[in-house]
Amino acid sequence: MITLLVHLPFEPTTAVLVIPGVSALVLAFLPGYRLTARLNVLATFLTFLCALSLLIEWPAPGTYLFVDDLNVVFIVLGTFVGFTTSAFSASYIAHEIEIGRLTPAYLRFYHAMYQALMFAMNLGLLANNIGLMWVAIELATLTTVLMVGIYRTPESLEAAWKYFILGSVGIALALFGTILVYMAARPVIGEGHDAMVWTSLIDKASAFSPEMLNVAFVFLMLGYGTKVGLAPLHAWLPDAHAEGPTPISAVLSGLLLNVALYAVLRFKMLLAANQAAIAPGPLMVTLGLLSLIFAGFMLYRRRDIKRMFAYSSIEHMGLITFAFGMGGPLANFAGLLHMTMHSLTKSAIFFAVGHISQAKGTQKLSEIRGLTESHPLLGWGLVLGVVAIAGLPPLGIFMSEFLIVSSTFAREPLLALPLVFGILVALGALMLRLGDMAFGKPTGSTAPVEASYLPLFAHLALVLAAGIYLPGPLVTWFQNVARLLG
Amino acid sequence: MDRTAIDVAHMLAGGMVLVSFMLLYQDRMFGLLNVFALHALVLSLSVAWQAYIQDAPHLYVTAAIALVLKAIIIPVALHRVVVRLGIHRTIETVGGIGPTMLFGMGLVALSMVVMLRATAAADPLAREDLAFALSVVLLGLLMMVTRRNAVSQIIGFMSLENGLILAATGAKGMPLVVEISIAFSVLIAFIVIGVFLFRIRERFDSVDVQALDEFRGERE
Repeated sequence: MITLLVHLPFEPTTAVLVIPGVSALVLAFLPGYRLTARLNVLATFLTFLCALSLLIEWPAPGTYLFVDDLNVVFIVLGTFVGFTTSAFSASYIAHEIEIGRLTPAYLRFYHAMYQALMFAMNLGLLANNIGLMWVAIELATLTTVLMVGIYRTPESLEAAWKYFILGSVGIALALFGTILVYMAARPVIGEGHDAMVWTSLIDKASAFSPEMLNVAFVFLMLGYGTKVGLAPLHAWLPDAHAEGPTPISAVLSGLLLNVALYAVLRFKMLLAANQAAIAPGPLMVTLGLLSLIFAGFMLYRRRDIKRMFAYSSIEHMGLITFAFGMGGPLANFAGLLHMTMHSLTKSAIFFAVGHISQAKGTQKLSEIRGLTESHPLLGWGLVLGVVAIAGLPPLGIFMSEFLIVSSTFAREPLLALPLVFGILVALGALMLRLGDMAFGKPTGSTAPVEASYLPLFAHLALVLAAGIYLPGPLVTWFQNVARLLG
Repeated sequence: MDRTAIDVAHMLAGGMVLVSFMLLYQDRMFGLLNVFALHALVLSLSVAWQAYIQDAPHLYVTAAIALVLKAIIIPVALHRVVVRLGIHRTIETVGGIGPTMLFGMGLVALSMVVMLRATAAADPLAREDLAFALSVVLLGLLMMVTRRNAVSQIIGFMSLENGLILAATGAKGMPLVVEISIAFSVLIAFIVIGVFLFRIRERFDSVDVQALDEFRGERE
């Protein structure tokens, strides 16, 4: 047995793809939700371990897959949130089976799709080929569409359909941009595979035709930007978050948006490597600010708890895009930190919201009152999460927002004004709603709910720890990545 | 490359733009489906021609997928959906044929200006192919925006996707074209199955957020 293991070529990059891929197939055929939910957790945990091992050492870039300082951040973060969400999903699903909202057959499908999503996201992040990355992101879209529609209610089908149509249009525009990048690279690199490989594209980008790159970036920004949920193209996001199972909302906000953002960042690096091309920054800054302010105001009008936090995701993705659009070591560092903190906090909030809406039997904000009294642990977890996401000290998001704002003030004071305005608008809305939800006289059911608190508080503890003290190695690592982003 | 080869390629690509315009003014379901089948047929001819002049046999696979799946299977399947949903008599108001056509012409002019200027360095074959492909993509988007019904939105999306395949095959030597066209076919198959199984009716496919918000508890 041991000799067999030695002979097995253990390669973490492949393992990160093979584990979810195989588990998707296995889980599609296994009956019984207890077993499959546990297997789901186990598979995501193993994937996370393999991703961690990438931190120590990674292989040289291949033709299809590669690992560098940038994508390893996304992979470790993604597999971690994937793992904790699967733990939350296990207890969430148990309740859904009990009340009969999901049947065992759909559950098999759900778990298979969950793993397929992990596979697609890891593939998208690891791909060393712009075509392969596109296929992976398309696959990720498909799996989430299927999961959003899993309850088969008119609302969820409608949300899935809307997500499908808008997501497909985004994906289509991104493909056109990808083709244009290939066309720009072909005269320099030559026909065939090499002209779609990241590592060779970035090396030779300075010789590409700048006009082609400009047009390509507009398509890529709009295409992948749709999947990031940036403002004029965000319409799918709130529906997809609100109508699907809550674990999926957590993965959408915590992972999928980041993967799309990763694609945008890669192409931004490509443009930055070409002196004659337009600066991609202003476009990203504009879209980011627009999303931030728009979502900040939309937060006031929400009446559904999951929708509200979906708009908050749009707001934060806007903020992150803004930071990366500003560029420079400090803003990039802040953007990376903010992305990490947002993933952790937003998924924690969705863990709490999932259990809360199960306990109260509703997602309507007006029917959720006095949570700290009726469900103290969940209630205070939500309070902590919302305080974190609103950007109050001493939690991690305060620090990253502070860095974004201060670096903007230092360089473009005029841009800092709308930025601070947007952040404050969102803060106001969140605090207003939080007061109603968490305090006062409890309404609805006060029956205790069987919840898994570990993923929720683990995330919040990390966010709190990051707000108080960032370990030195993490800072140097993020600084390296920030330099790489330019 | 000899002149005739380029001329035929441009004729076929231009033909797709023309058929895209025909899609824009169809106001009956069956007419729309038939014109879409024609669109896919022209695409498969165009891809096959590219395969021939570029000497790239794998592109014949893409041409075959376009022919079998998009010119035959999907129109037939959608035909059945339309009959089953009972929307074959629907005459869609496209928001005025005249303005839509004018807007479409504007889009084509725009894509010509943008692409021909941006790709000044590329070879003439790919250059004009890309300009035609972008026109087809934009006309597909226009169609998705102006239609209200799920089936015609799918047709719009598929015509948009035909434009992408045209662009991908025009980019000489681009790898993964076959894989990408298969990935797209899977996507489309899912859309069609989605409509077929869940009987997604008119209305809610609108991109209008307001309509959706009103549908579900977001209204006071």
